[in-house]
Amino acid sequence: MGLGLLASKAVRPASRILHSPNPRNFLLRTIVSKPELKKPEGAAAQTQPEPPPVDLPPRTPVAGARVHFDNPDDAIEVFVDGYPVKIPKGMTVLQACEVAGVDIPRFCYHSRLSIAGNCRMCLVEVEKSPKPVASCAMPALPGMKIKTDTPVAKKAREGVMEFLLMNHPLDCPICDQGGECDLQDQSMAFGSDRGRFTEMKRSVVDKNLGPLVKTVMTRCIQCTRCVRFATEVAGVQDLGMLGRGSGEEIGTYVEKLMTSELSGNVIDICPVGALTSKPFAFKARNWELKGTESIDVTDAVGSNIRIDSRGPEVMRIVPRLNEDINEEWISDKTRFCYDGLKRQRLNDPMIRGRDGRFKAVSWRDALAVVAEIAHQTKPEEIVGISGRLSDTESMMALKDFLNRMGSDNVWCEGIGVNTNADLRSGYIMNTSIAGLEKADVFLLVGTQPRVEAAMVNARIRKTVKATQAKVGYIGPPTDFNYDHQHLGADPQTLLDIAEGRHPFSKTISNAKNPCIIVGGGVLERKDKDAILATIETIAKNGKVVRPDWNGLNMLLLHAAQTAALDLGLVPRSEKSLESAKFVYLMGADDVNLEQIPNDAFVVYQGHHGDKSVYRANVILPAAAFSEKEGTYENTEGCVQQTLPAVPTVGDARDDWKIIRALSEVAGMRLPYDTISAIRARIKTVAPNLVHMDEREPAIFSSLPKPDITEKVSKTPFGIAVENFYMTDAITRASKIMAQCSAALLKK
Amino acid sequence: MLGRLAAKRLNEIRQVFRQVLFPSRAFSTALNYHLDSPDNNPDLQWEFSAVNKEKVKEILSHYPSNYKQSAVIPLLDLAQQQHGGWLPVSAMNAVAKVVEVAPIRVYEVATFYSMFNRTKVGKYHLLVCGTTPCMIRGSREIEEALLQHLGVKRNEVTKDGLFSVGEMECMGCCVNAPMITVADYSNGSEGYTYNYYEDVTPKRVVEIVEMLRKGEKLPPGTQNPKRIKCGPEGGNTTLLSEPKPPPCRDLDSC
Repeated sequence: MGLGLLASKAVRPASRILHSPNPRNFLLRTIVSKPELKKPEGAAAQTQPEPPPVDLPPRTPVAGARVHFDNPDDAIEVFVDGYPVKIPKGMTVLQACEVAGVDIPRFCYHSRLSIAGNCRMCLVEVEKSPKPVASCAMPALPGMKIKTDTPVAKKAREGVMEFLLMNHPLDCPICDQGGECDLQDQSMAFGSDRGRFTEMKRSVVDKNLGPLVKTVMTRCIQCTRCVRFATEVAGVQDLGMLGRGSGEEIGTYVEKLMTSELSGNVIDICPVGALTSKPFAFKARNWELKGTESIDVTDAVGSNIRIDSRGPEVMRIVPRLNEDINEEWISDKTRFCYDGLKRQRLNDPMIRGRDGRFKAVSWRDALAVVAEIAHQTKPEEIVGISGRLSDTESMMALKDFLNRMGSDNVWCEGIGVNTNADLRSGYIMNTSIAGLEKADVFLLVGTQPRVEAAMVNARIRKTVKATQAKVGYIGPPTDFNYDHQHLGADPQTLLDIAEGRHPFSKTISNAKNPCIIVGGGVLERKDKDAILATIETIAKNGKVVRPDWNGLNMLLLHAAQTAALDLGLVPRSEKSLESAKFVYLMGADDVNLEQIPNDAFVVYQGHHGDKSVYRANVILPAAAFSEKEGTYENTEGCVQQTLPAVPTVGDARDDWKIIRALSEVAGMRLPYDTISAIRARIKTVAPNLVHMDEREPAIFSSLPKPDITEKVSKTPFGIAVENFYMTDAITRASKIMAQCSAALLKK
Repeated sequence: MLGRLAAKRLNEIRQVFRQVLFPSRAFSTALNYHLDSPDNNPDLQWEFSAVNKEKVKEILSHYPSNYKQSAVIPLLDLAQQQHGGWLPVSAMNAVAKVVEVAPIRVYEVATFYSMFNRTKVGKYHLLVCGTTPCMIRGSREIEEALLQHLGVKRNEVTKDGLFSVGEMECMGCCVNAPMITVADYSNGSEGYTYNYYEDVTPKRVVEIVEMLRKGEKLPPGTQNPKRIKCGPEGGNTTLLSEPKPPPCRDLDSC
C-alpha cells in the first residue's frame, strides 16, 4: 500500500515534542502525542486563511488508480488538499483521494468488496462537515473540499488507531503477518506513540476453518472483510459477525469448515494476523523471501502468482493482480500446491534393471539407451505424449524430435482423437475471462467451472450477482455457488435447445450477450464433433457469434492444452498407442497405462514420481514450473510465462533441454540451443505463442467443415475433475492438498 | 512455607483485583459460538407448531415477499416462546429456512440481541435491570437476594427448571427503579407474558418468586402500595392545577 513512505513521514514529528514551548508536556499525560493535535479545531482555524496554492505539481494516483468516465456529463470536480481532481459521479471520497494521489489509511474498505464503513480508519475532514467523515462510505459531491492532512483528520485517525489497538494483542514478534501487516504499518504511520488503555485485553476463542486457514481470533479487529469476501466473492455463507460490543467476534457459530475453493484469499485480505496461512505458519518472515512473478499451471486459467522462495525452497504462493485473468484472487489449489514441489521428486536419470528396480545412472548413459531403443523402433511405432503441465517450448521440441524420427504420433493428454485444431476459435475462450462480465445468459455444457477453473467460476458468479444473468447447465448434478437452472444431464438436451424445443433456446435468443461455455471434458468424448456441431447450431440460432460479441467458448482443463492445440499436438488415431513400441511420456501421468503394450519401451520425462513412473523403463528428471522459464497459454489464449524461482532438484534439467540433448545423442540434432531460438521456431508454427502477456483473439471464420456422420450419443456428460484438490502430479504429491481432499470434499 | 504463604496472599490479591477488573457484564446467556450438547445440536429436529405456523404466515405477511429476511427478529422471538424461552441451534436453522437466508445470517442476529437466549432458561426468566438508575436504587442487592433465594448463579437454571436470573439493560422504568422483568414461558407462546415489576425491594422480589412458584397472579407495575403507577408516593406535589392548553401557533403567519 505504499505505507512505508508514510510511516517514515509520520515518525519525524514525534521528535518535535522535545522542543515544545510548553514544558508541562512532560508532566502531563497528553491525550495525543503531537502538541499541534491537542487543539485541532484551533489549529484548523489558524490554517484556514492560507491562500490556495496556484501552481500545484501533478500527482500520481495511488496504485495506478484510473478514472473512467462513462458519460462526460457525470464528471464532478472535488478538491483534495486543495488539489482539484475530476472524478465521475458516484465515486467515494476515498476513491477521489486515491485519484488525487493521497493514500487514505483503511482496514475494512476493499475495492472488490462491498463497503462496510466500520473500521473508521479512513476518516478525513470535509469542509463544512461538523465532524470527520468516513471517506470510504461517503460519496464525493461536486465542489467538496476534502482535507486529509489537517490536525482534525490526524487526530481522528490517531484516536481510531488507539481504539483498534486497545484489544489487539502485542504479539507481533510471534505473528505470521508481521512485516506485511496493515495494522502494523498504519499504526507506525498514523498511530500515537502511546495508548491509555490499562485494563486487560479481551481474548477470543480460535476457530477451526479447515486445513488451510489458521485463525488467531484475538488479533481480529472486526473489519469484516473475510465475511464479505466469503459472502460476495466465494459464495459460501459460512462466516459471520457474532455477538455485539466488545464481545463481537468473527466466526461460523456452529463448528464448520470453510468449504470454498477460494478460501485462501481471506489470508490476503485480512489486514491483521487473525487469518493466516496454516501451512506457512512459523515457516518464514516475509522479508526473508524472494518473490518471483510467475504463472500458475494447476488449471487452464493461468492465474498470475508470485512465488515466494527462500534459498532452494518454495515457501508460499500468493496472487498477483491481473484484472483480465484472476483479478487479485487465486484458488486454494494454486495457493497451496507448493508443498507438492518438495515431495516425490525425481532427481536422477534412472534405468529400470532386469530385477524391476530403478538404478540411478548418468545423463549420458540414460540418453544413450533411449536414443538406441528409439532408433531400433519403427517410426510409426513411436509415440510421444506431453503432459498437462508441459510448457510450450518442450512440446515444440518433442514434436520436432518425433517428427524427425519419422513419427507423427505426438499429442497432449486430455485431447481427443482428431480434435479440430485448425480453427483457434474452436478451442479457446473467445469471450475472454474478463469479457464474461458482459454476458447476460450463460449456457454451461458439460463443465463444472467451480472445480475445473475456479477463477472463471468466480467471474461467472460476479456477473450473476451483479446483473442477475441467467445460467443454464447441462451435465451431471454438481455444486454451484450461484443460481442456475439444471437443464439436463445428456447431450439430448442440447439437441432440444438447438431445435428450439427447449424453453432455454428462447432465453438464449432473447439475450443481448449470450455466452456458451463448453467443458474441456467434451473433447475426450467419442461424439465430440456432433456435440460441437450442435452447439454451433445453437450459437447460430441464438446469434451468439457476432462481429461485436463472441460468446462461443471452450473452457479447457489443463495449462498445456491450449498451446498444444495451437501447435497441433493432436492424436491422429485411437490405435497408435495400442501398437506402440516406444512411448515417450513427457510429464503425462493421466494416460491410460493399460493401453500401452507390455513389450513397449516407456520413457518418462517429468518432475514427479507419479502414476506413469510405475510403467516407465527410463526416467529422465525434469524441472517443475517453479524452476524453469516456460511459456503457457491459458484457456482464453493469453500467453504468459513462468520464471525460475528456485533451482532445479538434483540432476534435473529443463524439459526442452532434455529433448534437445536426446536429439543430439540420437544423431538428429534439433536446430535450437537457447530458449529464444526455440521461441523463434514456435513463431513459425503459431506466431501468437511468442507475444508474452498478450491475448490474441481468434478470428471466427466459417470454413467449410467435414460433414458429421455420427449422431450425438445418449451418454450423459461426465465429471472432468473428480477431486478439485488433486488434478496433476504436483497436487497429487502435496500433503496439504491431501488434507484438503480428506477434510473438505463431500463424501 | 513462606513461599507458599506469599503465593497464597498474592493469589488473594489477584482475586481482589480480578473482581475489580472484570465486572461480569455478560448480558447474553451464552457464548458467541455454539457447542454441541444433547439438547442443543443441529441434528435435532425443530419445527414451528401448527398454531405458530399460522403466526409465521401472519408475520411474513408484514414484509414484502422479496425481503423475507426482515421477519427474522419476530420469528426468532416466536421460536423462543415456543421453545420455553431459549433458542437451540436447530430452531435458528428452522427460522433461516423460513426466511430463506443462510443460517449464519440468523445466528448473527440471535447472538447480537441479548434478549434471545441461546442456553436453557427457567420457565420464569427473571431479568434484573442493571442500568445506572436501577443500580443506584439497589439493583445489585435485588439480584443478590434473588440468586441467594434460588441458590443459583446468574444465567443458571434452578434444579426444578422453574427459575433463572439474568441481567439486562434499561427498560425505561427508571422512574420506578429498581425493577425486574419476568418473562413467563410456562404457558408456551400463547400464554407468554413479559411483565415489569417495579419499585421492588430485596424482600419483595423473594415474595414475587414465591408467588410465581405457587402460580398466583400478581399485578405487574409498581410494587409500592403507596404509589399509583409512576406517580409520586402520597400523591402529586407539583403540577396540581389544571394543565394549561398549549399555545396555538398562528399557522397563517408562518
